[in-house]
Amino acid sequence: MSNEKLHINRSHLHLLLKQMIRIRRFEERCVSLYSEEKIRGFLHLYNGEEAIAVGVMQALTAEDAILATYREHGHALARGVPMNSIMAEMFGKKSGCSGGRGGSMHLFANEQRFYGGNAIVAGALPLAVGIALGDKMQQKHTVTCCFFGEGAVAEGEFHESLNLAKLWQLPVLFICENNRYAMGTALEIEESNQQIHLKAASYGLSAQVIDGMNVVEVERAAKLACSAIRNGAGPQFIECQTYRFRGHSMFDTQLYRDSAEVNEWKKKGPVVQLSQWLKNNHQIQEEEIQAMELAVDEEITAAVDFAEAAEIEPLETLLQHVYGEISDE
Amino acid sequence: MNEITFREAFKAAIVEALNNDPRVFLMGEDVGNYGGCYAVSKGLIDDFGAQRIIDTPLSESGFVGAGIGAAIAGMRPIVEVMTVNFSLLALDQIINNAATLRHMSGGQVSVPLVIRMACGAGKQLAAQHSHSFEGLYAHIPGLKVLYPGTIGDARYMLEMALADPDPVIIFEHVMLYNQQASLPEKHTVAPMEKAVIRKTGTDLSIITWGGCLFKALDAAEQLLNLGINAEVVDLRCLRPLDRTTILDSVQRTHKALIVDESWKTAGMSAEISATIAEQGLWYLDAPIRRVCSTEVPIPYATHLEQASLPQVAEIIAVAQQMIAESQIAMGDKE
Repeated sequence: MSNEKLHINRSHLHLLLKQMIRIRRFEERCVSLYSEEKIRGFLHLYNGEEAIAVGVMQALTAEDAILATYREHGHALARGVPMNSIMAEMFGKKSGCSGGRGGSMHLFANEQRFYGGNAIVAGALPLAVGIALGDKMQQKHTVTCCFFGEGAVAEGEFHESLNLAKLWQLPVLFICENNRYAMGTALEIEESNQQIHLKAASYGLSAQVIDGMNVVEVERAAKLACSAIRNGAGPQFIECQTYRFRGHSMFDTQLYRDSAEVNEWKKKGPVVQLSQWLKNNHQIQEEEIQAMELAVDEEITAAVDFAEAAEIEPLETLLQHVYGEISDE
Repeated sequence: MNEITFREAFKAAIVEALNNDPRVFLMGEDVGNYGGCYAVSKGLIDDFGAQRIIDTPLSESGFVGAGIGAAIAGMRPIVEVMTVNFSLLALDQIINNAATLRHMSGGQVSVPLVIRMACGAGKQLAAQHSHSFEGLYAHIPGLKVLYPGTIGDARYMLEMALADPDPVIIFEHVMLYNQQASLPEKHTVAPMEKAVIRKTGTDLSIITWGGCLFKALDAAEQLLNLGINAEVVDLRCLRPLDRTTILDSVQRTHKALIVDESWKTAGMSAEISATIAEQGLWYLDAPIRRVCSTEVPIPYATHLEQASLPQVAEIIAVAQQMIAESQIAMGDKE
């Protein structure tokens, strides 16, 4: 690994912590909204994995493109997609970021170049290759960042996409969120070779494995990878080792793992890890953390109020957005 | 007269698109150095370079998905899938992404992509290179499905497809590539979503498209000698389907014969039949008839292959039968 150092100061660490707390508490509110039946459909929560979205986003610019999975609330929030529009989407409202057509699994925001919210495992990887190709052809010098889980590694599209990205030296940052379970199937039941980054390396990508629970490490790795991409080194691959604290979705009874394992991972969770470090090094007071939580809760409550009050799409619009209008360019 | 082959027409359309729009590029298996499996893109890599005529690995899902992504990013890709049979490997990208992204994103994401695929039987290529799956794609909201059966459409539909903001699939029947015809003036070619009456007639409507159009026209010609004046409706675009033109024709001729190179069961011909039954039943004076492929995977041996496909003789026989049926039915009413 390069010995390049991150310029990290207290206020930046506070910002990272607050963003992770923001995602965590947003997800927790989603749980209660789900039991209140305000949010329906499948709901996949990001608890435990917040350091990845928050860390990686620090490396991306407004011009870069992002693709994520159906577990993407955290990515959308960290990218700056307005929380109101995310919440309204989950409520199925007109002012939702996908106009109520997508729901929790399909958050989209053109303005932030946030291209979903893809619920087909590995389905976004070819798209990421294509967006990177399109940007490169137009000399845009961007990075296309694609998040996916380790379950995607078993899909053919993973292998096709990595091959294409390297073959064409495309500016893609592949972020594998290895939370060790593809729904309920453990990594060792699914992969002949569990060293996922080695698969990427076999295609010639520069690939590494990092502690995905450590937001500073994620940020450092993502920044180095992005600068390599921007310097023309081609696609980069980061396997972030992580763990999801909640079930796969709201319907998961978690028969495939025991609570001792979950608790073990919770001890090294991203929020607790960073806040402990800050406390131990006298970089934060408990009151400051509480203030962050309070501010976040206020924002979430406002988002829920917004979503609650938002209008639904009139039924007459049902057929909208199937086809576009032909323009006279 | 200025006669060209379908292959030349398809190629000329691609060349024109590449010349007119820097956002256009062609990508697919063997489109570059090999010159295209059916030689449509032969020589283009020399003229336009490997940046715009891109040879891909055998990764249908990967490169079709890459085409979708590039379209989202503002390019106008033409993706060639070697045959429709191979496109099944890319169904995930075509159906789960290309067709859904606009709607699922509330109208934010546009996928102005053209996918060209060779298709159809007749070259003894057996069951993994000969099928017709246009009906499968026509089932999907969000896609547009074109199937040129004339030299004019082969030449000019690509430009219309590229101007469209949504994913458009263009089928190219392998038996058409070598056929020659004189190229009509561009302004005479109908908009891409309109069905066109290729031959007017009064006695029955033969409704078809793509690789069966020339068979239908041949049959209609021979039927004239038998005293039957058939109309031939070329659908051209299977989604959206120009139901108005179908129903108008049937209203005039009172008989509908659908010729479809794919199978009957749950296919395009079934959809057209249902449309006529739902909206035009009272126009009919004979049952709707279909001439389709036999319900087997297309076999290799030439006599078996030909026996499994719609043929001119069968179209003629069924048309005659329909006329006879309607005359008996009319006689009953008197």
